[in-house]
Amino acid sequence: MGNLIRSKRFWLIAPAVLYIGFFMAVPLGQMAYVSILERGDYGAVNWGVFSFDAYASFLFERDLMDNLMFNTDYLQIFARSFGLSAMTMVFALVLGFPTAFYISMQPQARRNFLIFLVTIPFWTNILVRNYAWMLLLRNGGLIDNGLAWLGYESGGLDILYTPYAVSIGLTYTYLPFMVLPIYASLEKLDHRLIEAAFDLGADKWRAMTRVILPLAAPGIAAGCILVFIPCLGAYVTPELLGGGKFMMIANLIGSQFGAARNWPFGAALGFVLLAFVLLSMMIYAMKFKSLPEEKL
Amino acid sequence: MSDIVVSARSVSKIFGNGPEQVRALDDVSVDICQNEFFTMLGPSGCGKTTLLRLIGGFEQATSGDILLEGQVLNDLPPYKRPINTVFQSYALFPHLTVRQNITFGLEMKGMPRREANGRADEMLDLVQLAPYGDRMPSQLSGGQQQRIALARALAPAPRVLLLDEPLSALDLKLRKEMQIELKRLQTETGITFVFVTHDQEEALAMSDRIAVMQAGKILQIGSPRDIYESPTHRFVADFIGESNFLHGEVRQTDGGAAVLTLAGGREIALAAMPVSGPRDNVTISIRPERLALYARNDQKDGLTGTIRDIVYFGTDTTYHIDLGPSGTDARLTVRVQNREGEGREFERGAQVGVTVPVDAIRVLAD
Ligand SMILES: Nc1ncnc2c1ncn2[C@@H]1O[C@H](COP(=O)(O)OP(=O)(O)O)[C@@H](O)[C@H]1O
Ligand SMILES: [Mg+2]
Repeated sequence: MGNLIRSKRFWLIAPAVLYIGFFMAVPLGQMAYVSILERGDYGAVNWGVFSFDAYASFLFERDLMDNLMFNTDYLQIFARSFGLSAMTMVFALVLGFPTAFYISMQPQARRNFLIFLVTIPFWTNILVRNYAWMLLLRNGGLIDNGLAWLGYESGGLDILYTPYAVSIGLTYTYLPFMVLPIYASLEKLDHRLIEAAFDLGADKWRAMTRVILPLAAPGIAAGCILVFIPCLGAYVTPELLGGGKFMMIANLIGSQFGAARNWPFGAALGFVLLAFVLLSMMIYAMKFKSLPEEKL
Repeated sequence: MSDIVVSARSVSKIFGNGPEQVRALDDVSVDICQNEFFTMLGPSGCGKTTLLRLIGGFEQATSGDILLEGQVLNDLPPYKRPINTVFQSYALFPHLTVRQNITFGLEMKGMPRREANGRADEMLDLVQLAPYGDRMPSQLSGGQQQRIALARALAPAPRVLLLDEPLSALDLKLRKEMQIELKRLQTETGITFVFVTHDQEEALAMSDRIAVMQAGKILQIGSPRDIYESPTHRFVADFIGESNFLHGEVRQTDGGAAVLTLAGGREIALAAMPVSGPRDNVTISIRPERLALYARNDQKDGLTGTIRDIVYFGTDTTYHIDLGPSGTDARLTVRVQNREGEGREFERGAQVGVTVPVDAIRVLAD
């Protein structure tokens, strides 16, 4: 231990450790503490008065007779969020894999340029992007007009303020998080392995499913996680493209700290979400830990 | 030879375009026969891999045809060709076990899993790695990976097996073992092997026939003995083994015999007049071990010179001889086998005569 403190490495990593320790562990600890306190009557909490009501109220509510009743409202919001995130993840995968594959097949100079293009949406503010999508998706908007021009009924799009609009917006926002890790794993992939598959009689489809996909699996899994998890926490997009009608977890949490004045419940919801996320990370880690690295 | 399996007809391959274009193959024609161990030998960059990739279907010829058993293959994708490849880097699938690697090609042909596994075990036996079926490729040594790559490529019983410098990553001892192993596999399976190497010893040791390539062209095709003993080009004589080259003009004597006159006026008798007839600028090649030395005692005809250097190799000794009066022009290398109680020791600086057997002389085409 004494050796460690005297070593140069300790002092090099110390600032990072302090920063993470302070700015991550402390707020997290504070929220954990809040989640097991009694709610205050006018917001905030009664400090020092412990209660597990917040966690209980995720699944149960008290009726007038003070009996605990099973209540699925919040579970539904979680289910909807997971469903929407899963849908977004699938959209992003379906769009992102071919994109990443196409880019990885280009000559080196071109690849860098295309990857640069993929990251362009990061440059603009998320609000601006979502408002832009509102303009695109609303009835009488660009897409609706385009459909009308093709002979569909004007105003027939009716997609804004639906879960689909939210998923479209989220797909757009998080697509780069899908493309980049998949590209990274495809770029590493030895092209001679694809040739070996062809050589042994695999057509393009089977070379894809039997060789390329399995070898790109860690990248695909990473991309899925990088899209799925931020989607669960999406706040702005459901608010704007869902019109506030389709609450997702983050909107629910936000309302608990705001209008509903139920801090402990808001904090508890946060931890329930964290538990789900950690679970999916553990599944990922277990599944891909044992995958052999490409070495030759 | 028996039936022709693979042919290239006037195949050229140009990579790139404009000023950066590379002519990797230049009007190459070759016929490879059934059951043959055929080697393409040449220095790095001469187009060996390109020719192999054209046969495998991984590249398209710019012009010319590739034929398999008389049928033009040009547009057939690799997965439809009954040809398998052992890649230089082995290219084993890292996510599959050894057995799954071997059954890959069998499953692609639609063989049921059970049967494919049986065949995989046969192949593992053949390459003497029976206990390794369930390992991952990364758990094998380079030499073992090499054998698995062979087993994988042989499993679907291809008409032709292509091997692109498969031994170049192995150390010398393992390489020698694998040379014997490869030859054994080829004989046992009866599959036509097309083998690529830049190592002339390897080519001589294993091949039924060798095609010597240089700068996108095939210079000479023949048995190892042909190639070594009767090189047609200076490049071939130089690339395979060691050679002495002498330049001069070929003339017909009054008696009708052909004679090569060197720059210094010395004459060497030729067995016959080269087909090209009398010429001013002719190069001949002579292998060093075909020459012999004798102590020079008079001014008889023939080649004479001074020993400049002596290098002792154990099995034999190499003498470097200056032919000219002051080491200005031609030099010869003579290799003499060291047999006990035989031959004479020569000193550095000694005057010697060189015997040139008439059948050791090869007149080169260029
Ligand atoms: N894909 C390619 N693009 C451009 N040039 C290539 C390509 N493949 C090979 N070449 C060129 O063609 C020539 C022959 O290459 P190759 O067949 O690999 O030679 P070898 O296998 O005999 O070393 C070399 O000059 C090489 O640079
Ligand atoms: Mg090569």
